[in-house]
Amino acid sequence: MMSRTMIAVLLASSVLGSAGAAYAQDVTLNIESWRNDDLPIWQEKLIPAFEAKNPGIKLKFNPSAPTEYDAALGAKLDANTAGDIITCRPFDKSLALFEKGQLASLNDLPGLKEFSPVAKSAWETDDGKTTFCVPVASVIHGFIYNKDAFEELGLKVPQTEDEFFALLDKIKENGTYIPMAMGTKDLWEAATMGYQNIGPNYWKGEEGRKALIAGTEKLTDPEWVDPFKTLARWKDYLGDGFEAQSYPDSQNLFTLGRAAIYPAGSWEISGFNTQAQFKMGAFPPPVKKAGDTCYISDHTDLGIGMNAKTKNPEAAKKFLEWVASPEFADIYANALPGFFSLSPAKVKMEDPLAQEFVSWRDKCQSTIRSTYQILSRGTPNLENETWVESANVINGTDTPEVAAEKLQKGLDSWYKPAN
Amino acid sequence: MTTKTAKSRPVRWHIAVFLAPAVLIYTAVMILPLFGTMQLSLFRVENQISTFVGLDNFRTLFGDPGWSTTFWNALKNNLWFFIIHMLVQNPIGVLLAALLSNPKLRFSTFYRTAIFIPTILSFVIVGFAWKLILSPLWGIAPNMLDAVGLKSLFAPWLGQERYALTTLSLISVWQFIGIPMMLIYAALLSIPDEIIEAAECDGITGAAQFWKIKLPLILPSIGIISILTFVGNFNAFDLIYTTQGALAGPNYSTDILGTFMFRTFFGFQLQVGDRNMGAAIASVMFFIILAGVCLYLFGIQRRMRRYQF
Repeated sequence: MMSRTMIAVLLASSVLGSAGAAYAQDVTLNIESWRNDDLPIWQEKLIPAFEAKNPGIKLKFNPSAPTEYDAALGAKLDANTAGDIITCRPFDKSLALFEKGQLASLNDLPGLKEFSPVAKSAWETDDGKTTFCVPVASVIHGFIYNKDAFEELGLKVPQTEDEFFALLDKIKENGTYIPMAMGTKDLWEAATMGYQNIGPNYWKGEEGRKALIAGTEKLTDPEWVDPFKTLARWKDYLGDGFEAQSYPDSQNLFTLGRAAIYPAGSWEISGFNTQAQFKMGAFPPPVKKAGDTCYISDHTDLGIGMNAKTKNPEAAKKFLEWVASPEFADIYANALPGFFSLSPAKVKMEDPLAQEFVSWRDKCQSTIRSTYQILSRGTPNLENETWVESANVINGTDTPEVAAEKLQKGLDSWYKPAN
Repeated sequence: MTTKTAKSRPVRWHIAVFLAPAVLIYTAVMILPLFGTMQLSLFRVENQISTFVGLDNFRTLFGDPGWSTTFWNALKNNLWFFIIHMLVQNPIGVLLAALLSNPKLRFSTFYRTAIFIPTILSFVIVGFAWKLILSPLWGIAPNMLDAVGLKSLFAPWLGQERYALTTLSLISVWQFIGIPMMLIYAALLSIPDEIIEAAECDGITGAAQFWKIKLPLILPSIGIISILTFVGNFNAFDLIYTTQGALAGPNYSTDILGTFMFRTFFGFQLQVGDRNMGAAIASVMFFIILAGVCLYLFGIQRRMRRYQF
């Protein structure tokens, strides 16, 4: 008896279910992504929010491992089996997909017009005329500090570079804390948390970055050498044996409360929140003189675009329009503090540390890392060389001038500015 | 008349049948890829089309100042890596084998096993363990030196341009010392007792016995070990990659041919992989190893005196 009713119920439900589907003509959009860490956020927050508002469109989030994503996506796109929605890596990797006709142009997407040029720079053609992904998230550089330690030593957040070094001197004199947690072993810390962190204040953000691409400025000009000079001064404030200190070492040094300041990227926020037992604050890279305009590295990291060969372009456009909306930005940014929304709409962040980071956008000019657009297409690769030279400058192997000269020479060997 | 020609031997099919599996597998996994690599090194991708460019990639590798400095730097580092192994690993390996083969030594099986174990460990484990041991922050090396009052001798070796490569070579020596030890140990055991007894009758004992009797007898084994070290070192990659990363820092001071090839072939971070240049480097590595092995085979191996027991 029981089983028979069960079967009847199941049959009825399946018939009704399929009837319902046929009635609504559901469209399912598959989303390709490398962010497998984000799967719960999509399933629990983003997908229900979208589906509630857009009946008839179903979403399926299909992430792959970050290291496999590019190869897997390339193969799927070539075989025409890729999902409708593509998560875009910044710069050349996505540009190549667009040039192969695999990513659709989004110029007619109304929501995209509101985005700032810096936000769009990672997903547009070199001439800036066509945008092919909706900018989603960026990471901001700055310094995270141990608030308890600052209170204990009676320190104030520095505004200018002189104040910054005076502060470091004080921490060093006191001796309880290592002034700054950074190592040069993994090289990229020196470049990303060092050079690209403080640099925009010297080369005036976008202005300098664009001039470098246009060839009107050289890496040997003072505005590009000076950040190296400042970086060279950091040496005295790093922990013992910083030459062999790796990135996880630096993270642990700070979260264990042994160091006072951590040159950071905002992606550290959620990790630090769970690890550190003390209060944390953040300050933007100090400027030269009080009152100078400040510039921050607000580096574009993730966008979302549309497979040019999708069978449901209308539904995909609808979804992308939603991605460009404040609602998406709000959910995404709060679920992942440290990955900041690139949306022009004001997003209210709940995490205080993330709030601090994102507040700099109001008073400072945003830029992206200088080496990412166009300048790292050849060999020697400017980004990789910047890693090596930044570490060399801090280690004292190369003087700032020599480092800059080497970088410019490497760049000159293959890059000819357009004009 | 023609029918009376020498009775032709039956075709010995079994030889071919027995050789076939090894030949086929070896061809599929070694010989074909080798030629594939060399073929790849003669092409270059321009505008997404692969075109034949002859030896242009090699001209770039040796002629372009950017490429050639990196290449010579990697070759120089690789040579130093090899020299350390020859000077440290092999003599110590012989010494350990000589000690182990001493019949009076107790627990020799234990020592043998203990010394051999690192060889079977994964590079990742070795690299990670040594990175921790030598870490200036949490490592035990600074504390141990402190305990004997030699803290001043400690330096963040892996992060210093001057010492990083030597440190890594010594880590590799530590890992692979078991191989020369075992080979020499086996060679020493195979020396017949009559010869040793005869030597003793002639009054040659102790160290003199080792230098005058045993060493000449194990020379062929030492030759084999040298060539194995040479091939292994010029193909090395894993240890450097796990401890120093693909950029082989600081300032490329630990860059060897393997890491240079990896970086070029697969790309790194923003650098896009260049399969053709990578294949060119791999081919050069192959020719360096080939030249080394030939030099040994024709120059040394053939002149070596062998003793029949």
